[in-house]
Amino acid sequence: MHVAVTVNGALREADVEPRTLLVYFLRETLGLTGTNVGCDTSSCGTCTVLMDGESVKSCTLLAAQADGREVTTIEGMATDGTMHPLQDAFHRNHGLQCGYCTPGMILAAASFLKENPTPTEAEVREALEGNLCRCTGYQNIVTSILDAAGQVSAASA
Amino acid sequence: MATTETYVGSTVLRKEDPELLTGQASYVDNQTMPGMLWMAVVRPPYVHARITGIDTSAAKAMPGVVGVFTAEDLDLGALPFVWPITEDIKVPVHYPLAKDKIRFHGDAVAVVVAETRGLARDAAEAVHAQVEELPAVTDPEAAMVDGAPILHEDLGTNVTVHWSHGGAGDQSVFESAPVIVEERYTQPRLIPNAIEPRGCLAYGVPAMGEYTLISATQIPHIVRATLGGVVGIAESKLRIVAPDVGGGFGSKLNVYAEEALALATAKATGRPVKWIEDRHENYVATIHGRGVIHDCTLAGTEDGQILGLKFIEIADLGAYYQLLTPGIPELGGWVYMGPYDPQTYWYEFTGVLTNATPTDAYRGAGRPEATYVVERLVDAYARRIGMDPAEVRRKNLVPRFTEARTAISGLNVDSGDYHATFDKALEMVGYEDLRREQAERRERGDVKQLGIGLCTYIEMCGLAPSNILGALRYAAGGWDACTVQCLPGGEVVLKIGTSPHGQGHATTWAQIAADALGVTPDDVRVLHGDTAVSPLGMDTYGSRSVSVGATALHLALEKIKEKARTLASHELEVAEDDLEFANGTYSVKGAPDRARTIADLAASAWHAHAIPDGFEPNLEATAVFDPPNFTWPGGAHICVSEVDTETGAAEILRYVAVDDCGTVINPMIVEGQLHGGIAQGIAEALYEEAIYDDHGNLITSSMTQYLIPSATEIPSFELDRTETPSTTNPLGVKGIGEAGTIAAPPAVVNSIVDALAHLGVTDVGKPATPERVWEAIRRAEGGAA
Repeated sequence: MHVAVTVNGALREADVEPRTLLVYFLRETLGLTGTNVGCDTSSCGTCTVLMDGESVKSCTLLAAQADGREVTTIEGMATDGTMHPLQDAFHRNHGLQCGYCTPGMILAAASFLKENPTPTEAEVREALEGNLCRCTGYQNIVTSILDAAGQVSAASA
Repeated sequence: MATTETYVGSTVLRKEDPELLTGQASYVDNQTMPGMLWMAVVRPPYVHARITGIDTSAAKAMPGVVGVFTAEDLDLGALPFVWPITEDIKVPVHYPLAKDKIRFHGDAVAVVVAETRGLARDAAEAVHAQVEELPAVTDPEAAMVDGAPILHEDLGTNVTVHWSHGGAGDQSVFESAPVIVEERYTQPRLIPNAIEPRGCLAYGVPAMGEYTLISATQIPHIVRATLGGVVGIAESKLRIVAPDVGGGFGSKLNVYAEEALALATAKATGRPVKWIEDRHENYVATIHGRGVIHDCTLAGTEDGQILGLKFIEIADLGAYYQLLTPGIPELGGWVYMGPYDPQTYWYEFTGVLTNATPTDAYRGAGRPEATYVVERLVDAYARRIGMDPAEVRRKNLVPRFTEARTAISGLNVDSGDYHATFDKALEMVGYEDLRREQAERRERGDVKQLGIGLCTYIEMCGLAPSNILGALRYAAGGWDACTVQCLPGGEVVLKIGTSPHGQGHATTWAQIAADALGVTPDDVRVLHGDTAVSPLGMDTYGSRSVSVGATALHLALEKIKEKARTLASHELEVAEDDLEFANGTYSVKGAPDRARTIADLAASAWHAHAIPDGFEPNLEATAVFDPPNFTWPGGAHICVSEVDTETGAAEILRYVAVDDCGTVINPMIVEGQLHGGIAQGIAEALYEEAIYDDHGNLITSSMTQYLIPSATEIPSFELDRTETPSTTNPLGVKGIGEAGTIAAPPAVVNSIVDALAHLGVTDVGKPATPERVWEAIRRAEGGAA
């Protein structure tokens, strides 16, 4: 079937098998391999992307369900070679180790910070409940998101 | 660029991050090749069954299927097992595809290669194994009993190995001591759960017989040394590449059937073949950890002196041995004295085959299992004699030592200052105040009781002196290697035998090289994980990379400096003794303007237009380091928990850790390793457990049943450290990859038992789920009534 999805600002069209999951459309049809796959039960959140600005698990959606929608992946977060404040905050606060969960964490955090630009630590932890990390113990991820929130809210103040 | 700044000991942000943060990582599933096929593995839904036939006809007829292969079609050797720990160990033969029997859920009977991922999976489901089902056994104690189903008939028994440390000291104390504490502790199987599943991509140049395997592995060099024999490719024609690897924790410290099968099918079809594990396969076919039962005895005095420690362990090995399986309990066998100084020691274990996934190294590998039971036992002893558990530990910790001392287990411990870490941790947590608060809550009969869980630990890292490995019957050595190349353009390239999967080696190694050569970490390029680029190496596991690999780097840098000094002396026309070296520059003493930087010398060593007689062109050096000893980090962790006596739910209020891993290169990375290790230890203590039903089915077969904690279940940690340099290597480093996972489980479980001790609770099991804690409270109440 034919799908047309705006991915990171550009319209991308392709014919795909109806059973194609959004994550494999991104990874294998479009070659955007920044979105990783960690499980088959929508548990780990590694495949999180934004659809129309909301975080979704792209292993739980069919590509067909993204037809006509806007999707943002990790490849779309930096602008003109400058990292997004969340990417920069993860770098400065050692918010990643192996990096495999990181794109999902950053996209989940981006969606969350839009809803709650000045969260508490507890709120950040709550927001990450659907994203698993096995390396960092979460502490530096939480610190990174609080740090980025500070920058985002400072910039908009 | 030359700099006066120094980097070792300082936080340097990671060089690895930009690619990982922007979606440009090289994880194996991100790689594709023209003409690439997908491999899917056929794992029939049986736990224990005799294979009577395999019907591949339907699968072969499906469109897009290029090949379906059973054991008969691929002439493969047995998978490697490299640690036959005793002379009389019974070794089950383990083929990549099962030939006669299925012995656990992960056993494969066939593979399919097809044009797409989906077609390969569809076809795998169309392969049918005809079997005669057999009774299964997954409980190791049941598997030991006469009449239990036998997994490998040729071995005649499921009990395949018994290893004893041999003991030390007067064993009669276990009968004659004033206080004898006996406890049994059970530690369930754990599933490592690297967030990146395993996967590999095999391709070759068939005409030349050369093959490459890109694999999500921690051990490209060991894979190369062992896999060629399985698939019939000469080691010299096999290249293994570990690209960016998404976590390992020991689960990728192995040589797996699927790696052999991808190579074999690439060879058979003449096309690249890729296999990516799904999470269910990861749960049944990637190694598990732990799965042990200990009968423990502590002999002590009434006033808190530990006289003897004795542990008799049963280890659930699973259906086959993977690379190291029975070596894992033995690895723990050297640390059951903890940081204490008992005069008597005994350790032995019995390894048992079961119809379950093979166990092998999971973060800590033997040492968490040991530390858990020692630390639980010390608390049980403190309760028995009515002494504060901190006081018992203080009384028994080995005093500070800066030269190696021989521990009762027989190995030489490099250095340690256990009182310093423990005192600091007690002070940070405010121990006396917490005990007061605990007494008040007990006095008031609060529903939520406070527990303070202590753990003082040591670990044995830096695997390992080759001669000791040989004495322990391990098949390989424990050295590592590094080549340093100073390129004529000023870059420094490190080619090293360690192979990271999140540990930040590219940054840490660059810091060491930058300081030695007076450049910045940005000038240093670290290459690893590719046997064609850094052919010598023993890879990354057992907290060995810094103490063995980075020491090889240090030694290679020393050689570079010597060679550069020779060239500088020649170019500046002064004796070598008249040169001084600082900030990457050799200058003439008293005439600092007459100088050559390392970059200058790299260029002149490369063009070699005017080098001294006998000087080998290029500024390049290789060093191989075989450590003279292990390294022995240590420390103290304290967990403060609140336990709801009505629901059994435990919440961690604070977690304080003071660790000593010797000299620290990058404190940010060290803290990150601790965070992750402690979180995994908390997961082990409170949440994670692989559960099989009576028929051998893995009930916790996905992330929805196996509880990996998220950010809401893990607290923030309060960390500090002391630095007692190792005497094993010139850098003074010890390693930090496993400390958190070793120390946290007993600290957490001790805190829960401590919260409930006044109710008569002595154990809550692991993981200490609300149900188990609630039952322990009810049992204690019943006992008291």
